[in-house]
Amino acid sequence: MAVAASTADVGILLIDAMRGTKRQTHRHLTVCGLMGVRHVVLAVNKLDGVGYDQGIYNELVAEVSDTARRMEIQSVIPVPVSALVGDNVLAHSPNTPWYHGPTLLDALDAAEILEDPSGEVRLPVQTIIRGKHFRGYGGLVASGAVRAGQKITVTQSGQQATIVKLHGLNGTQPTELEQAIPGESVTIELDKDIDIARSDLLVTGQPPQLADRYAADIVWMSDQQLAHGRSYTLRCGPLEVPATVTNVRHRLDVTNGNTMAARILEINDVGRVEIATARPVALEAYTDSRETGGFILVDRMTGETLAAGLTRFALRRATNVVPHHFEVDRQARQILNGHPAKVLWLTGFSGSGKSTIADAVERRLHSLGIRSFVLDGDNLRSGLNKDLGFTPEDRAENVRRVAEVARLMYDAGVVVIVALVSPFRADRQTARSLFEAGDFVEAWVDTPIEVAMERDTKGLYAKSKAGNLPNLTGVGQQYEDPESAELHLRGTDDVDANVSKVLEVLLPDADQ
Amino acid sequence: MSIDHETSRVLDALEAEAIWVFRETAAAFERPVLLYSIGKDSTVLLHLARKAFHPGPIPFPVMHIDTGWKFRQMYELRDRTAKELDLDLRLATNQEARDANVTPFSHGAQEFTRIMKTVALRAALDEGQFDIAVGGARRDEERSRAKERIFSLREAGHRWEPRNQRPEFWHTVNNALTDGQTMRVFPLSNWSELDVWRYVARENLEVVPLYFTQERPVVKRQGTWIMVDDDRMEFEEGEQPQMRRVRFRSLGDYPLSGAVEGEAADVYDIIRDIEVNRQSERAGRLIDGEGAMSMERKKAEGYF
Repeated sequence: MAVAASTADVGILLIDAMRGTKRQTHRHLTVCGLMGVRHVVLAVNKLDGVGYDQGIYNELVAEVSDTARRMEIQSVIPVPVSALVGDNVLAHSPNTPWYHGPTLLDALDAAEILEDPSGEVRLPVQTIIRGKHFRGYGGLVASGAVRAGQKITVTQSGQQATIVKLHGLNGTQPTELEQAIPGESVTIELDKDIDIARSDLLVTGQPPQLADRYAADIVWMSDQQLAHGRSYTLRCGPLEVPATVTNVRHRLDVTNGNTMAARILEINDVGRVEIATARPVALEAYTDSRETGGFILVDRMTGETLAAGLTRFALRRATNVVPHHFEVDRQARQILNGHPAKVLWLTGFSGSGKSTIADAVERRLHSLGIRSFVLDGDNLRSGLNKDLGFTPEDRAENVRRVAEVARLMYDAGVVVIVALVSPFRADRQTARSLFEAGDFVEAWVDTPIEVAMERDTKGLYAKSKAGNLPNLTGVGQQYEDPESAELHLRGTDDVDANVSKVLEVLLPDADQ
Repeated sequence: MSIDHETSRVLDALEAEAIWVFRETAAAFERPVLLYSIGKDSTVLLHLARKAFHPGPIPFPVMHIDTGWKFRQMYELRDRTAKELDLDLRLATNQEARDANVTPFSHGAQEFTRIMKTVALRAALDEGQFDIAVGGARRDEERSRAKERIFSLREAGHRWEPRNQRPEFWHTVNNALTDGQTMRVFPLSNWSELDVWRYVARENLEVVPLYFTQERPVVKRQGTWIMVDDDRMEFEEGEQPQMRRVRFRSLGDYPLSGAVEGEAADVYDIIRDIEVNRQSERAGRLIDGEGAMSMERKKAEGYF
C-alpha cells in the first residue's frame, strides 16, 4: 500500500456505505497523504444497499474529508457508486438524481497529474554514458525542464557547466531532443569536462543545502525493531550513504493523526526520527520533491529494505561543521609510535572471559612497548554511558559510543582493546564500519553459557535467576553469534594461549 | 493508422521507466547480462537498451538461451541484429542434453523446457558470474508474474522466494546482494502486449516475420496449429502437413509454439486485433498449460 502510494498521483479510496468508515479507511488515507498522493477519489460503494440515501453518503464524505484535510490532500472527489450495478462508474445513474458530480472515470480523468516543469532543474546523475570521444550523463529528471543552453551546478562540488546537447534516438536514428521534463530519462552533454559521478545532483539556480542531520518520517516495515544508534544504508535514487537513526521523536497514530511518545518503532509504525548521514548529502523536503526527498533504509548485513523515509527538513547545515584537516594524522602518529593503530573487539557473554583476555593482551603489548588502552564495557557504563540501560536500543547506543571513542583513540595511534558484550551482529558491523579494513579485529570469546553462569563473576546470573535482570544476554536476551569474526577464542582455553592467538592476528609483524 | 498523442504519452512514460531500469542495472550492479530471445518483447528490450546508453554502446553482453529448436527466421534475425548492432552476443545451450538427443518430441514440452531453458539459463548465469540478468517478462502475461517486482531478488541457486521480495519505492533500488543472491530485472514489467506492439509500430522496429500472416506448413495438434519448420519434425499418427494462412502471437521453440488463423499483414493489423480481442498471447503456448500454476513452479526453479 505504501509502495503503491509512493509513486501514485491519484488514489481511489473505497468505502462500504453499508458498514461505514473503519480504522483501515483512515489509515489508508493517512498513508496516501504521507506518501504525497495529492488527489483522492472517494468511491462510496454499495449505495444500492442503503437505498441510495443521500444523508448516509454526505455523512461518510464529511468523516473522510476531515482526515484528508489533516493529511494535506489537495482534492477529495467523492462519487456515490454501486460496483454491483455500475451506478456512476461510467455513466450517471438515475438511482442518484441528487448527485451532479463526475462519474468515477471522469473523476480519474479530471485529476491534474502533469508534472510542473516550470521549477528549477533537479537531475540526479544515474550513470555516466561513455562512447568513442564522448562523455555524457544519464538520469531521470526529478523536477524542472532540462534544455540545451542551461547552466547547471553540481550540488556536491559547486562546479558549473553548460548543457550543450540532449542526446536521443528517434526510432533508430540519432537525434537531438528539445527538452526533458520530470519523469523522463535524459542524456546530456556538457560544454566542459568537470568532475561528475553517479549520485551527484545537477541543478539550475541556487543549489540545495548540504546537510548531515535530517528530521524525517519513516514507515518501518521490518520484523526487527528500529533501534537508534544502529547504522543503515540510506538510498535515495542513485545516492547511497551510511546513515544512523540518532533519535526517535514520536510515533504517529495513523487513525487519528495524534503523536505519541516512542523510543522504538515496530513493524507498520510511522514515526518521526532524526537521521545522521556519514557525509553531507542534499536531501530535499519530501513535500517539495518525492524523488530527492524519499529514501529507503537498508540493513547492512541482510540487505533487507527496513523502512521508507520521507525527509522533512535539515537539522544541521553541514556548512556549519567543516571538518578541519590537521597535518599530523594517524599515519604520522603511527610512524612516531613505531607500530600501527588497531582495534581488538572482544565480544561474548558476561563472564565469558573478555576482560581477563583484554587485561592479559594489554600487559603483553605494554611489555612490547606498544601503546594501548582498554575500553571495558562495565567501566564505561559508570561514566560516559551511565544513562544507558540494557534494552536492545540502549545496547545499540552503548556500542555506538564505545566505537566512536575507540575511533578517536585509533586516530591517536593507539592499539585499542574493547571488551563489550555487544550481542547484536548489526551493532558490531556498525562499529567495524568506522575503521579501515584490516585494522578492526573482531574476536569472539566463545564460552558455553553454563560455564559463564558457573563463574558468575559479577553475580548477574544469580540476579537474573531471581528475576531481577530481564535483559541479561544469553538468558533473557539473545546473543547473535559472530559469522565473520577474525578470531574465534574459547573462553575455557589457557589465557596465555589466547593472548598469543590474538597477537598473531592483531599485530602479525610485532616481535613477540 | 498511426499512434495517437495520448497513447504516445503512455509509451513515453513506459520508455522513460525502462531506460531508468537499464541504467540502474548497469550502474548499480557488477556484471549485468541482457537475455535476448528474439521475440517482439526482446526486440523492444534491445531497442530500449540502445536508447538508454546512446550514443555509447550497450555496456553489457547479450545472451541467447538457445534450445536449438527456434524457428529458422528467428536465428536469421538474431544473427543479423547482432552484426548490425555490434552486440557482444553469447549463446548458451545445454550441450550435454543436446548431445543426448533431448528433443521436444522425446521429452515433452514441460521437461524439454526445464532441461533446455531453465537448466541452461542457470548454468550460463553461474558460468558468467552474472549478478543481474535482464529479461523481457511483463506483469500482464500470466498470474504469477502479476506480483513480480521490477528488480526481482533470487536466492542462491536462482530460487525465487515470493516472500523475500523487496518493496519498490520511487526510483530507489535496493541493490544489496548477500550470500549467493542474484537479481533478475524486468524493464517491461508495466507494459502490456498492446503497448509492446504500439511501441514496435511507433519506433519502426523490425520483428520476426512469423508474427504476420502467411501461408505456412502446419499440423493440428492439441487444438492449435504447429508449424513444420524443418525436417526434424516428428509427426504423430495420422498427421499430415497442410498449408494454412497462420501467424504467431508468441514465439519459442517451433514444435511448441501454436499459431493462430486470422489475417495480420502488418503491425497495425496486430494492434487492431488485440484492441478487439482480449485473449492472452500465451494461450498458444503448449508449455504453460501443463499443470495448474505451472509458471509459478517454473519460476521457483529459476525460469523467468
